[in-house]
Amino acid sequence: MAAALAARAAGVEDVLLLERDQHLGGILNQCIHPGFGLHHFKAELTGPEYADRFVRLVKEDRGIEVSLRSFAVRLTKDKELSYLRPGALEEVKARSVILATGCRERTREMIQVPGSRPAGIYPAGLAQKMVNIEGWIPGREAVIIGSGDIGLIMARRMALEGVAVKAVIEIQKTSRGLVRNVVQCLEDFGIPLYFQHRVSMIRGRDRVEKVDVVKVDDGLKDIPGSGFGITCDTVLVSVGLIPENELLEMAGAEIDRRTNTPVAPGVNLTSIPGVFACGNACKVYDLVDWVTRDSELAGKMAAKYLGKQ
Amino acid sequence: MKRVMTCIECPKGCRLEVEADGSRLISVSGETCERGPAYARQEIEAPMRTLTTSVLTRGLELKMLPVRSSKPIPKGKLFAAMDAVKLITVAAPVSAGTVVVPDFLGLGVDLVACRGLGKP
Repeated sequence: MAAALAARAAGVEDVLLLERDQHLGGILNQCIHPGFGLHHFKAELTGPEYADRFVRLVKEDRGIEVSLRSFAVRLTKDKELSYLRPGALEEVKARSVILATGCRERTREMIQVPGSRPAGIYPAGLAQKMVNIEGWIPGREAVIIGSGDIGLIMARRMALEGVAVKAVIEIQKTSRGLVRNVVQCLEDFGIPLYFQHRVSMIRGRDRVEKVDVVKVDDGLKDIPGSGFGITCDTVLVSVGLIPENELLEMAGAEIDRRTNTPVAPGVNLTSIPGVFACGNACKVYDLVDWVTRDSELAGKMAAKYLGKQ
Repeated sequence: MKRVMTCIECPKGCRLEVEADGSRLISVSGETCERGPAYARQEIEAPMRTLTTSVLTRGLELKMLPVRSSKPIPKGKLFAAMDAVKLITVAAPVSAGTVVVPDFLGLGVDLVACRGLGKP
Protein backbone atom coordinates (compact mmCIF):
# COMPACT_ATOMS: atom_id res chain seq x y z
CA MET A 1 0.00 0.00 0.00
CA ALA A 2 2.87 2.38 0.82
CA ALA A 3 4.46 1.69 -2.57
CA ALA A 4 1.13 2.18 -4.40
CA LEU A 5 0.45 5.47 -2.64
CA ALA A 6 3.99 6.73 -3.23
CA ALA A 7 3.81 5.79 -6.92
CA ARG A 8 0.54 7.71 -7.20
CA ALA A 9 2.02 10.70 -5.40
CA ALA A 10 4.90 10.66 -7.87
CA GLY A 11 2.52 10.90 -10.83
CA VAL A 12 1.68 7.32 -11.83
CA GLU A 13 -1.94 7.41 -13.08
CA ASP A 14 -3.00 3.80 -13.00
CA VAL A 15 -2.10 1.37 -10.20
CA LEU A 16 -3.50 -2.14 -9.75
CA LEU A 17 -3.07 -3.50 -6.22
CA LEU A 18 -3.43 -7.28 -5.92
CA GLU A 19 -4.10 -8.84 -2.52
CA ARG A 20 -4.42 -12.55 -1.86
CA ASP A 21 -6.49 -12.14 1.31
CA GLN A 22 -10.02 -10.77 1.60
CA HIS A 23 -8.64 -7.71 3.43
CA LEU A 24 -5.74 -5.35 2.77
CA GLY A 25 -2.91 -5.18 5.30
CA GLY A 26 -1.13 -8.52 5.00
CA ILE A 27 0.61 -9.84 8.09
CA LEU A 28 -0.14 -6.65 10.06
CA ASN A 29 -3.71 -7.87 10.52
CA GLN A 30 -2.59 -10.74 12.72
CA CYS A 31 0.05 -8.70 14.58
CA ILE A 32 -2.41 -7.29 17.10
CA HIS A 33 0.28 -6.27 19.62
CA PRO A 34 1.42 -2.65 19.97
CA GLY A 35 4.80 -1.29 18.89
CA PHE A 36 4.17 -0.26 15.29
CA GLY A 37 4.43 3.24 13.88
CA LEU A 38 6.66 4.94 16.46
CA HIS A 39 8.79 6.35 13.66
CA HIS A 40 6.36 6.69 10.77
CA PHE A 41 3.30 7.94 12.63
CA LYS A 42 4.98 9.07 15.88
CA ALA A 43 2.41 6.99 17.74
CA GLU A 44 2.44 3.49 19.15
CA LEU A 45 -0.08 1.50 17.12
CA THR A 46 -1.09 -2.12 16.84
CA GLY A 47 -0.60 -3.88 13.51
CA PRO A 48 -4.26 -3.60 12.44
CA GLU A 49 -4.28 0.11 13.34
CA TYR A 50 -1.11 0.68 11.33
CA ALA A 51 -2.62 -1.12 8.34
CA ASP A 52 -5.93 0.71 8.74
CA ARG A 53 -4.25 4.10 8.26
CA PHE A 54 -3.01 2.95 4.86
CA VAL A 55 -6.24 1.20 3.92
CA ARG A 56 -8.11 4.50 4.37
CA LEU A 57 -5.70 6.32 2.06
CA VAL A 58 -5.78 3.57 -0.55
CA LYS A 59 -9.58 3.47 -0.59
CA GLU A 60 -9.75 7.24 -1.09
CA ASP A 61 -7.44 7.12 -4.09
CA ARG A 62 -9.39 6.65 -7.33
CA GLY A 63 -6.19 5.88 -9.21
CA ILE A 64 -5.57 2.68 -7.23
CA GLU A 65 -7.71 -0.28 -8.25
CA VAL A 66 -7.74 -2.85 -5.45
CA SER A 67 -8.41 -6.48 -6.33
CA LEU A 68 -8.90 -8.67 -3.26
CA ARG A 69 -8.80 -12.47 -3.09
CA SER A 70 -6.45 -12.23 -6.06
CA PHE A 71 -3.53 -14.61 -6.25
CA ALA A 72 -0.73 -13.90 -8.74
CA VAL A 73 0.32 -17.13 -10.40
CA ARG A 74 2.61 -16.01 -13.21
CA LEU A 75 5.01 -13.19 -13.97
CA THR A 76 7.19 -12.84 -17.07
CA LYS A 77 10.22 -10.65 -17.68
CA ASP A 78 8.03 -8.57 -19.99
CA LYS A 79 5.85 -7.81 -16.95
CA GLU A 80 2.88 -9.88 -18.04
CA LEU A 81 1.05 -10.97 -14.94
CA SER A 82 -1.64 -13.62 -14.46
CA TYR A 83 -3.74 -13.77 -11.34
CA LEU A 84 -6.64 -15.79 -10.07
CA ARG A 85 -9.59 -14.09 -8.47
CA PRO A 86 -12.91 -15.70 -7.57
CA GLY A 87 -14.39 -16.95 -10.82
CA ALA A 88 -11.71 -15.69 -13.19
CA LEU A 89 -8.13 -15.94 -14.39
CA GLU A 90 -7.05 -12.42 -15.30
CA GLU A 91 -4.12 -11.38 -17.48
CA VAL A 92 -2.59 -7.94 -17.27
CA LYS A 93 0.43 -6.33 -18.86
CA ALA A 94 2.11 -3.79 -16.63
CA ARG A 95 4.84 -1.31 -17.45
CA SER A 96 6.31 -1.71 -14.00
CA VAL A 97 5.74 -4.28 -11.25
CA ILE A 98 6.39 -3.96 -7.51
CA LEU A 99 6.44 -7.21 -5.59
CA ALA A 100 5.51 -6.82 -1.93
CA THR A 101 5.02 -10.50 -1.29
CA GLY A 102 6.57 -10.68 2.18
CA CYS A 103 8.04 -13.80 3.73
CA ARG A 104 7.28 -17.37 4.61
CA GLU A 105 8.21 -18.90 7.93
CA ARG A 106 11.03 -21.35 8.31
CA THR A 107 9.67 -24.64 9.58
CA ARG A 108 10.67 -27.44 11.89
CA GLU A 109 11.90 -29.43 8.90
CA MET A 110 14.38 -26.72 7.97
CA ILE A 111 16.12 -26.84 11.35
CA GLN A 112 15.88 -30.60 11.52
CA VAL A 113 14.45 -31.26 14.95
CA PRO A 114 14.32 -35.04 15.33
CA GLY A 115 11.40 -36.96 16.74
CA SER A 116 7.94 -38.11 15.82
CA ARG A 117 5.43 -36.15 13.78
CA PRO A 118 2.52 -35.64 16.16
CA ALA A 119 -0.11 -32.91 16.02
CA GLY A 120 0.67 -29.75 17.96
CA ILE A 121 3.75 -28.40 16.14
CA TYR A 122 3.17 -25.03 14.51
CA PRO A 123 5.22 -22.25 13.01
CA ALA A 124 4.79 -19.34 15.44
CA GLY A 125 3.22 -17.06 12.85
CA LEU A 126 0.62 -19.68 11.98
CA ALA A 127 -0.22 -20.01 15.66
CA GLN A 128 -0.53 -16.23 15.74
CA LYS A 129 -3.07 -16.36 12.94
CA MET A 130 -4.97 -19.14 14.72
CA VAL A 131 -5.21 -17.19 17.98
CA ASN A 132 -5.72 -13.67 16.68
CA ILE A 133 -7.74 -14.16 13.50
CA GLU A 134 -9.43 -17.54 13.81
CA GLY A 135 -9.93 -17.49 17.59
CA TRP A 136 -8.47 -20.93 18.25
CA ILE A 137 -6.01 -21.77 21.05
CA PRO A 138 -3.43 -24.22 19.71
CA GLY A 139 -2.82 -26.06 23.00
CA ARG A 140 -2.55 -25.88 26.78
CA GLU A 141 1.16 -26.24 27.51
CA ALA A 142 3.64 -24.84 25.04
CA VAL A 143 7.38 -24.79 24.40
CA ILE A 144 8.74 -22.30 21.89
CA ILE A 145 11.76 -23.06 19.75
CA GLY A 146 13.69 -19.94 18.79
CA SER A 147 13.58 -16.49 20.35
CA GLY A 148 12.80 -14.41 17.27
CA ASP A 149 10.29 -11.61 17.69
CA ILE A 150 7.34 -13.70 16.54
CA GLY A 151 8.17 -16.42 19.07
CA LEU A 152 8.48 -13.87 21.88
CA ILE A 153 5.27 -12.11 20.94
CA MET A 154 3.47 -15.44 20.79
CA ALA A 155 4.84 -16.47 24.19
CA ARG A 156 3.10 -13.44 25.70
CA ARG A 157 -0.03 -13.87 23.61
CA MET A 158 -0.47 -17.50 24.63
CA ALA A 159 0.32 -16.72 28.29
CA LEU A 160 -2.37 -14.03 28.24
CA GLU A 161 -4.82 -16.55 26.81
CA GLY A 162 -4.13 -18.88 29.71
CA VAL A 163 -1.69 -21.27 28.02
CA ALA A 164 1.20 -22.42 30.22
CA VAL A 165 4.25 -21.31 28.23
CA LYS A 166 6.93 -23.48 29.78
CA ALA A 167 10.07 -22.32 28.02
CA VAL A 168 11.64 -20.56 25.09
CA ILE A 169 14.62 -22.50 23.76
CA GLU A 170 17.33 -20.55 21.89
CA ILE A 171 20.39 -22.26 20.48
CA GLN A 172 22.41 -19.03 20.25
CA LYS A 173 23.83 -16.98 23.13
CA THR A 174 21.51 -14.05 22.51
CA SER A 175 17.98 -13.51 21.26
CA ARG A 176 17.45 -12.51 17.64
CA GLY A 177 14.39 -10.61 18.78
CA LEU A 178 14.25 -7.09 20.16
CA VAL A 179 15.38 -6.70 23.78
CA ARG A 180 12.10 -5.00 24.64
CA ASN A 181 10.26 -8.11 23.56
CA VAL A 182 12.38 -10.33 25.80
CA VAL A 183 11.49 -8.00 28.70
CA GLN A 184 7.79 -7.39 28.09
CA CYS A 185 6.91 -10.79 26.65
CA LEU A 186 8.97 -13.20 28.78
CA GLU A 187 10.07 -11.47 31.99
CA ASP A 188 6.62 -9.96 32.56
CA PHE A 189 5.12 -13.44 32.52
CA GLY A 190 7.94 -15.35 34.19
CA ILE A 191 8.66 -17.44 31.11
CA PRO A 192 12.15 -18.98 31.22
CA LEU A 193 14.47 -18.38 28.25
CA TYR A 194 17.18 -20.97 27.77
CA PHE A 195 20.13 -19.67 25.76
CA GLN A 196 22.57 -22.15 24.20
CA HIS A 197 20.00 -24.92 24.40
CA ARG A 198 18.30 -26.86 21.66
CA VAL A 199 15.34 -29.19 21.39
CA SER A 200 16.94 -32.53 20.62
CA MET A 201 13.73 -34.54 20.29
CA ILE A 202 10.00 -34.04 20.01
CA ARG A 203 8.08 -36.94 21.56
CA GLY A 204 4.45 -37.98 21.23
CA ARG A 205 2.30 -40.38 19.23
CA ASP A 206 -0.79 -38.50 18.11
CA ARG A 207 -0.18 -35.29 20.01
CA VAL A 208 3.04 -33.72 21.29
CA GLU A 209 3.71 -35.11 24.77
CA LYS A 210 7.21 -33.93 25.63
CA VAL A 211 10.36 -32.33 24.26
CA ASP A 212 13.93 -33.20 25.16
CA VAL A 213 16.22 -30.22 25.65
CA VAL A 214 20.00 -30.24 25.76
CA LYS A 215 22.62 -27.56 26.41
CA VAL A 216 25.09 -26.87 23.62
CA ASP A 217 28.62 -25.49 23.67
CA ASP A 218 30.01 -22.58 21.65
CA GLY A 219 30.39 -24.90 18.64
CA LEU A 220 26.68 -25.83 18.94
CA LYS A 221 27.64 -29.37 19.99
CA ASP A 222 25.52 -31.08 22.63
CA ILE A 223 27.02 -31.13 26.14
CA PRO A 224 26.68 -34.70 27.43
CA GLY A 225 24.64 -35.11 30.61
CA SER A 226 22.97 -31.70 30.29
CA GLY A 227 19.69 -32.98 28.92
CA PHE A 228 16.28 -32.60 30.51
CA GLY A 229 12.68 -33.02 29.43
CA ILE A 230 9.71 -30.65 29.36
CA THR A 231 6.18 -32.00 29.11
CA CYS A 232 3.97 -30.01 26.75
CA ASP A 233 1.28 -30.55 24.13
CA THR A 234 2.33 -27.77 21.78
CA VAL A 235 5.58 -26.68 20.14
CA LEU A 236 5.85 -23.33 18.36
CA VAL A 237 8.73 -22.91 15.95
CA SER A 238 10.07 -19.38 15.53
CA VAL A 239 13.28 -19.79 13.62
CA GLY A 240 13.30 -17.07 11.02
CA LEU A 241 11.71 -15.95 7.79
CA ILE A 242 12.41 -16.59 4.14
CA PRO A 243 11.58 -13.92 1.56
CA GLU A 244 8.89 -15.08 -0.85
CA ASN A 245 10.18 -14.47 -4.36
CA GLU A 246 8.72 -17.26 -6.44
CA LEU A 247 7.14 -14.87 -8.96
CA LEU A 248 10.41 -13.04 -9.41
CA GLU A 249 12.21 -16.30 -9.98
CA MET A 250 9.55 -17.29 -12.51
CA ALA A 251 10.22 -14.06 -14.37
CA GLY A 252 13.86 -15.07 -14.65
CA ALA A 253 15.39 -12.66 -12.14
CA GLU A 254 18.51 -13.62 -10.28
CA ILE A 255 17.88 -14.86 -6.73
CA ASP A 256 20.46 -15.30 -3.97
CA ARG A 257 20.02 -18.96 -3.02
CA ARG A 258 21.26 -18.41 0.51
CA THR A 259 18.83 -15.67 1.53
CA ASN A 260 16.18 -16.07 -1.20
CA THR A 261 16.41 -12.34 -1.89
CA PRO A 262 16.81 -10.66 -5.29
CA VAL A 263 20.39 -10.21 -6.46
CA ALA A 264 20.63 -6.48 -7.10
CA PRO A 265 22.89 -3.51 -6.48
CA GLY A 266 20.51 -1.72 -4.14
CA VAL A 267 17.38 -1.82 -2.02
CA ASN A 268 14.12 -2.65 -3.87
CA LEU A 269 15.94 -3.44 -7.14
CA THR A 270 15.92 -6.73 -9.02
CA SER A 271 17.91 -7.86 -12.04
CA ILE A 272 14.91 -7.04 -14.28
CA PRO A 273 14.57 -3.29 -15.00
CA GLY A 274 11.16 -2.04 -13.94
CA VAL A 275 10.48 -4.96 -11.61
CA PHE A 276 10.96 -4.06 -7.96
CA ALA A 277 10.75 -6.04 -4.73
CA CYS A 278 10.05 -4.20 -1.51
CA GLY A 279 9.42 -4.94 2.15
CA ASN A 280 10.20 -8.38 3.50
CA ALA A 281 10.44 -9.79 -0.02
CA CYS A 282 13.53 -7.63 -0.51
CA LYS A 283 15.09 -8.32 2.88
CA VAL A 284 13.78 -9.28 6.30
CA TYR A 285 12.97 -6.18 8.34
CA ASP A 286 12.43 -6.01 12.08
CA LEU A 287 10.40 -2.78 12.04
CA VAL A 288 7.39 -2.08 9.84
CA ASP A 289 8.26 1.62 9.88
CA TRP A 290 11.34 0.86 7.80
CA VAL A 291 9.28 -1.33 5.48
CA THR A 292 7.03 1.66 4.86
CA ARG A 293 9.99 4.00 4.30
CA ASP A 294 11.64 1.69 1.78
CA SER A 295 8.37 0.72 0.10
CA GLU A 296 7.58 4.37 -0.47
CA LEU A 297 10.97 4.57 -2.12
CA ALA A 298 10.01 1.57 -4.28
CA GLY A 299 6.89 3.44 -5.41
CA LYS A 300 9.02 6.43 -6.36
CA MET A 301 11.54 4.23 -8.15
CA ALA A 302 8.76 2.66 -10.22
CA ALA A 303 7.41 6.12 -11.06
CA LYS A 304 10.86 7.23 -12.14
CA TYR A 305 11.21 4.12 -14.29
CA LEU A 306 7.93 5.10 -15.99
CA GLY A 307 9.37 8.54 -16.75
CA LYS A 308 7.49 10.45 -14.06
CA GLN A 309 8.92 13.33 -11.99
CA MET B 1 18.80 -0.56 45.67
CA LYS B 2 20.41 -0.34 42.25
CA ARG B 3 19.19 -2.42 39.35
CA VAL B 4 19.41 -2.56 35.59
CA MET B 5 16.26 -2.44 33.48
CA THR B 6 15.56 -2.39 29.77
CA CYS B 7 13.38 0.46 28.59
CA ILE B 8 10.50 -0.92 26.51
CA GLU B 9 9.19 2.39 25.20
CA CYS B 10 10.63 1.86 21.73
CA PRO B 11 12.49 -0.86 19.81
CA LYS B 12 15.90 0.55 20.76
CA GLY B 13 15.60 -1.06 24.21
CA CYS B 14 18.02 1.17 26.14
CA ARG B 15 19.72 -0.24 29.23
CA LEU B 16 18.80 1.89 32.21
CA GLU B 17 20.63 1.89 35.51
CA VAL B 18 18.03 2.62 38.11
CA GLU B 19 18.40 3.37 41.79
CA ALA B 20 15.25 3.00 43.84
CA ASP B 21 14.10 2.67 47.40
CA GLY B 22 11.13 0.31 47.23
CA SER B 23 8.64 2.05 44.96
CA ARG B 24 10.45 5.41 45.16
CA LEU B 25 12.77 6.30 42.30
CA ILE B 26 16.07 7.92 43.27
CA SER B 27 18.06 8.15 40.04
CA VAL B 28 18.17 6.90 36.43
CA SER B 29 21.04 6.86 33.97
CA GLY B 30 21.74 5.31 30.61
CA GLU B 31 18.72 6.65 28.74
CA THR B 32 19.02 8.15 25.26
CA CYS B 33 15.76 10.09 25.29
CA GLU B 34 13.36 11.64 27.77
CA ARG B 35 11.05 8.63 27.71
CA GLY B 36 13.64 6.51 29.55
CA PRO B 37 13.43 8.18 32.98
CA ALA B 38 9.64 8.45 32.67
CA TYR B 39 9.44 4.72 31.95
CA ALA B 40 11.76 3.90 34.87
CA ARG B 41 9.68 6.01 37.27
CA GLN B 42 6.44 4.36 36.14
CA GLU B 43 8.00 0.90 36.27
CA ILE B 44 9.25 1.43 39.84
CA GLU B 45 6.09 3.11 41.12
CA ALA B 46 3.40 1.10 39.31
CA PRO B 47 4.20 -0.89 36.17
CA MET B 48 1.69 -0.33 33.36
CA ARG B 49 1.12 -2.24 30.11
CA THR B 50 -1.11 -1.71 27.11
CA LEU B 51 -3.45 -4.67 26.74
CA THR B 52 -3.96 -5.92 23.21
CA THR B 53 -6.09 -8.95 22.51
CA SER B 54 -9.03 -9.95 20.36
CA VAL B 55 -12.70 -10.37 21.14
CA LEU B 56 -15.33 -12.61 19.62
CA THR B 57 -17.74 -11.14 17.10
CA ARG B 58 -21.15 -12.27 15.92
CA GLY B 59 -22.46 -11.58 12.42
CA LEU B 60 -19.37 -9.63 11.29
CA GLU B 61 -16.96 -10.41 8.46
CA LEU B 62 -14.23 -11.82 10.75
CA LYS B 63 -14.67 -14.05 13.77
CA MET B 64 -12.28 -12.05 15.97
CA LEU B 65 -11.92 -8.29 16.39
CA PRO B 66 -8.52 -6.99 17.59
CA VAL B 67 -8.90 -4.55 20.49
CA ARG B 68 -6.61 -2.57 22.76
CA SER B 69 -6.79 -0.57 25.94
CA SER B 70 -6.80 3.11 24.99
CA LYS B 71 -4.03 3.68 27.55
CA PRO B 72 -1.78 1.34 29.56
CA ILE B 73 -3.38 -0.44 32.51
CA PRO B 74 -1.72 -1.74 35.70
CA LYS B 75 0.39 -4.80 34.86
CA GLY B 76 -1.25 -6.71 37.72
CA LYS B 77 -4.66 -6.27 36.12
CA LEU B 78 -3.78 -7.96 32.81
CA PHE B 79 -5.24 -11.35 33.67
CA ALA B 80 -8.40 -9.89 35.23
CA ALA B 81 -8.78 -7.89 32.03
CA MET B 82 -8.35 -11.02 29.90
CA ASP B 83 -11.08 -12.78 31.90
CA ALA B 84 -13.41 -9.83 31.29
CA VAL B 85 -12.53 -9.73 27.58
CA LYS B 86 -13.67 -13.34 27.17
CA LEU B 87 -17.22 -12.33 28.13
CA ILE B 88 -17.50 -9.70 25.37
CA THR B 89 -19.15 -10.29 22.01
CA VAL B 90 -19.24 -7.55 19.39
CA ALA B 91 -22.21 -7.72 17.04
CA ALA B 92 -22.43 -4.20 15.57
CA PRO B 93 -20.09 -2.99 12.80
CA VAL B 94 -17.08 -1.01 14.06
CA SER B 95 -14.32 1.11 12.60
CA ALA B 96 -10.78 1.56 13.96
CA GLY B 97 -11.07 3.57 17.16
CA THR B 98 -14.67 2.61 17.99
CA VAL B 99 -15.05 2.19 21.76
CA VAL B 100 -16.07 -1.41 22.43
CA VAL B 101 -16.25 -1.07 26.24
CA PRO B 102 -16.09 2.38 27.89
CA ASP B 103 -14.23 2.66 31.22
CA PHE B 104 -13.10 -0.95 31.03
CA LEU B 105 -13.15 -2.60 34.50
CA GLY B 106 -13.38 0.87 36.02
CA LEU B 107 -9.72 1.45 35.16
CA GLY B 108 -10.41 4.75 33.40
CA VAL B 109 -9.42 3.38 30.00
CA ASP B 110 -11.60 2.31 27.09
CA LEU B 111 -11.37 -0.92 25.16
CA VAL B 112 -11.23 0.19 21.52
CA ALA B 113 -11.40 -1.60 18.17
CA CYS B 114 -8.11 -1.68 16.23
CA ARG B 115 -9.68 -2.15 12.81
CA GLY B 116 -12.91 -1.73 10.97
CA LEU B 117 -15.26 -4.73 10.62
CA GLY B 118 -18.56 -4.69 8.76
CA LYS B 119 -21.31 -7.17 8.03
CA PRO B 120 -20.19 -9.85 5.57
